[in-house]
Amino acid sequence: MRFLLDALAWIADPARWPGPDGIATRLAEHLGYSVLGVALACLIGVPAGWLVGHTRRGRGLAVGLSGAARALPTLGVVTLLGIMLGIGLVGPMVAFVVLALPSVLAGAYAGVEAVDPQAVDGARASGMTEVQVLTRVEIPLGLPLLIGGIRSAFLQVIATATLAAYVGAGGLGRYLFLGLKTQDYPQMLAASLLVVALALVCDLAFAALQRVSAPAGVRPQ
Amino acid sequence: MSTISRRHLAALVALAGAGTLAGCAGSNPLEESPAPATTTSAGAPAAAGTLVVGSQQYYSNEIIAELYAQALEKAGFTVERQFQIGQREVYLPELEAAKVDVLPEYAGNLLQYYDKTTDVTDGTAVLSALAAALPEGLRVLDAAEASDQDSYTVTQAFADEHGLTTIGDLAKAPQPVKLAANAEFATRPYGPEGAKATYGVDIELVPVEDSGGPLTARALADGTVQVADLYTADPTIAKEGFVILEDPEGLILPQNVIPLVSAKVDDTAAAAIDAVNAKLTVAELQALNARSIDEQARSEVIAREWLAAQGLA
Repeated sequence: MRFLLDALAWIADPARWPGPDGIATRLAEHLGYSVLGVALACLIGVPAGWLVGHTRRGRGLAVGLSGAARALPTLGVVTLLGIMLGIGLVGPMVAFVVLALPSVLAGAYAGVEAVDPQAVDGARASGMTEVQVLTRVEIPLGLPLLIGGIRSAFLQVIATATLAAYVGAGGLGRYLFLGLKTQDYPQMLAASLLVVALALVCDLAFAALQRVSAPAGVRPQ
Repeated sequence: MSTISRRHLAALVALAGAGTLAGCAGSNPLEESPAPATTTSAGAPAAAGTLVVGSQQYYSNEIIAELYAQALEKAGFTVERQFQIGQREVYLPELEAAKVDVLPEYAGNLLQYYDKTTDVTDGTAVLSALAAALPEGLRVLDAAEASDQDSYTVTQAFADEHGLTTIGDLAKAPQPVKLAANAEFATRPYGPEGAKATYGVDIELVPVEDSGGPLTARALADGTVQVADLYTADPTIAKEGFVILEDPEGLILPQNVIPLVSAKVDDTAAAAIDAVNAKLTVAELQALNARSIDEQARSEVIAREWLAAQGLA
């Protein structure tokens, strides 16, 4: 309890918020790393997932590959890439993309696959090309599931983005590691609470996005 | 059948536990951990004529302990080994209770354990303060030249470019100078504030959390940072041709290897240990550590071959 109060007092101290090592900067860095990591994962995972979902081919390969990569311990990936490529953001970013990819991929293909086959058949029967079927029927109807996948990927990356600080980048991990190494446990707990709060806020935002992303006709009332 | 499989399960759990503990064995001695973890506990006091040699839970410390142990055996003593006894909080009470007789220590950290308020950083002052601070029944022998401590280390190229030999010379390089170290470096007396106050050097810390490990060395080698906090006994320094900057103003607490011994260690035993310590330079300690890291050689083999090469076997 004392730790928790100390941690809350740590966060509440206005002197800790501004400046290059302030909480505001670290929060922004943490959020920025997470957004960038998930965005890069989407760049790869979303088209691949749509393709897999639409053609119903290559699903085993895509799921197997991304799932196997996901099994790599993230700290190991960060350290290995740090040694290979040097310290900084590149190593952690690759690790975040690897972490986010399976959820994004699953969201993309599951969304497309889950579309009512009658709607797809109807679209084909009315003369739509395959590209039109995908872009006008399958993608819009699959959007809530895709956003659900991105949402779960984002949550995992926010929780893991603390590792960026292990190799000289910023983010809330800076407080976490400093607290750990100097036995300043209130600071560690404060950093953890900030990560949790950031994750919750982002998750709520995604939940709202997921609701409004469903096309009007299929939106739950 | 079910009892057997349950027993197997218990064995597996025990193995997993041992594995977890062993995983902590490589931790650095310069980090003061509050959690004393130990896999070995020193037993009852050994018989007279038998000396118990202990070591920290740190591979380099075990090698030095093995050097002392073999030198004592050569001098005719019976030696019992109690290696990998965790952290200071665990093994120092064992020494005070005379259950362990010899243990390689590091001067600065040992002094800070017994005198939390000390502010001496000069090598000689640390040794005399240490002699005064030790509890009844314990004493230290002569310190080795070798030390295992934090350092301001640069590449040879950077040292040549700006003509660097001491930490103060860093002021000649473009400021601020980027330095890779663990995050806690920022809070240490020898951190950026100390460097500014003592040497007038502006340091920008780049936190890399592997305690002077391969990531820190890589950052220094590829020029991401100009300075790195590497431990002076780290064989990487010699392998990469890095240069440890001198510290004439005593910014960094010296951590010379120093044997901590009980009253059971007589003049003959002390002479045997002194003979080893006299040959133990930083370069020699780095070479000993390198054999453990590069060849995965056992400390017993490393020690035997080194003593033979030094003419001490």
